[in-house]
Amino acid sequence: MAVLKMQRISICALKKDRKAILEKLQSMGVLEVNHVIDEDEDFKKMDTAGQRMGFEKAAASVDQALAILEKYIPEDKSVFAALEGKRLVEPEEERRVQEERRELLKTAKTIHDLDREYAEQVVNITKLRNSIESLKPWLALDVPLKPADTKRVGMFLGTMPGGTTAESVYGILAEKASEAEADVHLISSEQSMVYLAVLCLKEDMPSVEDALRSAGFARPSQTWDTVPAVQKEKLEQQIADCQDKISEIKKDIEGLSKQREKLKIAADYYRVRADKYAVLGDLPQSERTFVISGYIPKCEAPHVADYLAARYDCMVDVEELKEDEEAPVILKNNPFSMNMEGIVESYGLPHKGELDPTTIMSFFYIFFFGMMLSDAAYGAIVSIVCGILVWKFPRMSDSMKKSLKLFFYCGLSTLVWGILFGGYFGNIVDIVSEKFFGTAVTVPALWFIPLNDPMKLLVFSLLFGVIHLFVGLGIKGYLCLRDGKAMDFFCDVVLWFLLLVGLIFMLLPSDIFASIAQTNIVFPGWLNTAAKVLAVIGASGIVLMSGRENKNPALRIALGAYDLYNITGWLSDALSYSRLLALGLATGVIASVINQMGSMLPNNVVGVIFFIVIFIVGHALNLAINLLGAYVHTNRLQFVEFFGKFYEGGGRPFAPFKENTKYADVKEETIL
Amino acid sequence: MNIAGELGIVYALLGAAVAVLFAGCGSAIGVGIAGQAAAGVVTEDPSKFAKVLIIQLLPGTQGLYGLLVGFITLSKIGILGGGIADLSVSTGLLILAACLPIGIVGLLSGIAQGKTAASAIGIVAKKPDQFGKAMLFPAMVETYAILALLISFLAVNGIQV
Repeated sequence: MAVLKMQRISICALKKDRKAILEKLQSMGVLEVNHVIDEDEDFKKMDTAGQRMGFEKAAASVDQALAILEKYIPEDKSVFAALEGKRLVEPEEERRVQEERRELLKTAKTIHDLDREYAEQVVNITKLRNSIESLKPWLALDVPLKPADTKRVGMFLGTMPGGTTAESVYGILAEKASEAEADVHLISSEQSMVYLAVLCLKEDMPSVEDALRSAGFARPSQTWDTVPAVQKEKLEQQIADCQDKISEIKKDIEGLSKQREKLKIAADYYRVRADKYAVLGDLPQSERTFVISGYIPKCEAPHVADYLAARYDCMVDVEELKEDEEAPVILKNNPFSMNMEGIVESYGLPHKGELDPTTIMSFFYIFFFGMMLSDAAYGAIVSIVCGILVWKFPRMSDSMKKSLKLFFYCGLSTLVWGILFGGYFGNIVDIVSEKFFGTAVTVPALWFIPLNDPMKLLVFSLLFGVIHLFVGLGIKGYLCLRDGKAMDFFCDVVLWFLLLVGLIFMLLPSDIFASIAQTNIVFPGWLNTAAKVLAVIGASGIVLMSGRENKNPALRIALGAYDLYNITGWLSDALSYSRLLALGLATGVIASVINQMGSMLPNNVVGVIFFIVIFIVGHALNLAINLLGAYVHTNRLQFVEFFGKFYEGGGRPFAPFKENTKYADVKEETIL
Repeated sequence: MNIAGELGIVYALLGAAVAVLFAGCGSAIGVGIAGQAAAGVVTEDPSKFAKVLIIQLLPGTQGLYGLLVGFITLSKIGILGGGIADLSVSTGLLILAACLPIGIVGLLSGIAQGKTAASAIGIVAKKPDQFGKAMLFPAMVETYAILALLISFLAVNGIQV
């Protein structure tokens, strides 16, 4: 339960060791670079933007090549690919790839070219197909598809609107070009278009064409030097050629796809180098030395310092952070609680001077989650599934592993609560035993069945809530004491405790509580008086002290009275925990609805089959939606009710200079 | 069974219907609103499907709460197990009144939660790493549906048949 303590490490070394030291720091990944020295006449920054861009471009090019490969020859991936994590590569293999990296870059380029060529061929084929389409109506024509002439006679081709016949064409000609003589052949006709060839004397051609044009004649958009039928064959041959080329390209790409793994490593190599050059460009350097400075966790600092000092001529200086420095945050918790770090992170990391709430929260988290889901069978399923996934995929990413482990523990807690409340797939045991064996068997609840005694669970929910809230207030008190703010501790924590405890003890013997809890609590007289005294002390203390920063006495009292109004906030916070009851009931009752539906079926083979189908589908849905509900509402109880008492968040996560790979990690060589 | 007695069971069943109907409508509208936003995000970036789907589902719980109260009511008045209970008009009306909170709050909170969920999906679209926070805003709205569920449930449970 802690935020790792950060220190500042500054390394001043010779330029000849620059590459080795930087690469070492990068592979260790424990340093967040943060420079303190500005440029001056001795220390200058190097311009590495060019190299960095080069590496970034190379990484992008290889990434793109990999995407192209994925498009043509998809990699075999299992359903659980997302869980498998990055591949682990032997250092030997990585070195080989490094040596080949230029060839690999060329390979990537070849893949890009092949992809472009493929696209061109596809476009060609479409073009050719369109040409064939436009040739089709002319297939009956046995001369080349273009205007032609002999010594005296000319021929031209064209289209007219649908419905035109040879007679109607002659009619138009007789009307508009009566002196000309023409011979009209219909080649083919379609619904909206008629294709025709017109022969006439050369000198009549303009007048004939004009006459026809007025009736909608148009020349074909494309002319061909060969007979349409022959031309069509030619075009088809070209399409076949293109298709051959495409299959060739595909084969080439398939051949290159064997390089996929190497390309991945190369892409990572370029990415890591780009990062290195980004850091390098930020380093203050003199003629012969360079300085790198940044944050490092205290526990790692001596290792790094010793390692560097032993191997290189350098100065390593580790110092405490300055008072006003806001250090980046890493959480460090016990193996159980560390799984809840993701939850805290999603709210916000602790800022300077705050306590890491993960450990305390983790126990409440598991407790409340189980109570909301509260079904033994559901809990067992969640735990088993998460357990198997974590065990089967050891290389999954850290955050994924943490979430799965979180649900593993939540499942265990759900199992326990399910046994306490007697919930196994709702009431499946009763239903099945009654339906198939005639007598209803009920698995007894270890504690009690919430459905039969909801008020009891409501009281316990509120009790757990009050404990949760008091722990939150207690942490606030601890923080006040730690920072030496005794006055704040007394006014903001102790007085509230007095007031709340007093109020609770006043409420317990009252009629309202008796009707809720269905038991009458009778306190001895002195306790009742003590409760009243506590409440009065608390309330008056808050009224007097809350506005203590204000000199004006009237304003101070007003502010105090306003702060006392926060009592409603406490009430609503406590009532908010009634969701522990409501969500638990929801799981159980909806599970029973599903079982009830199944049990309405007849008691034969078909009925049993449908019963099983309803059982599986229904409970899968119920589990999914209640899992979501339990997760969201447990988060809410932590974030709003619990954190609201003492925690703000807003810290900056630690972002070390490390090998940010995308596909594969290189196995660490033991160095120390 | 006289006319008055028959009316009792009608009122009680009307209560169950109110709970399921209104809460279900609220959820349907809410999930619908959120679904429109979710579909928009997925057209831009299909990899966010799982995250937006989860947020889309959040306004769906009111329907379940309505179902829960409806189911409890049905089994209470004996419609489910056979052997319909002999209810007086006042008991029937009591059950109807008990079902009102989850019906009405379910309807309105379902719609409101749907709108909030749609906005939360906007957070996921722009800042996928803030998923945890995005999920919390719709959950805030749901609190009031839970409170209504609690009262409806306790009331139905407490009415002596």
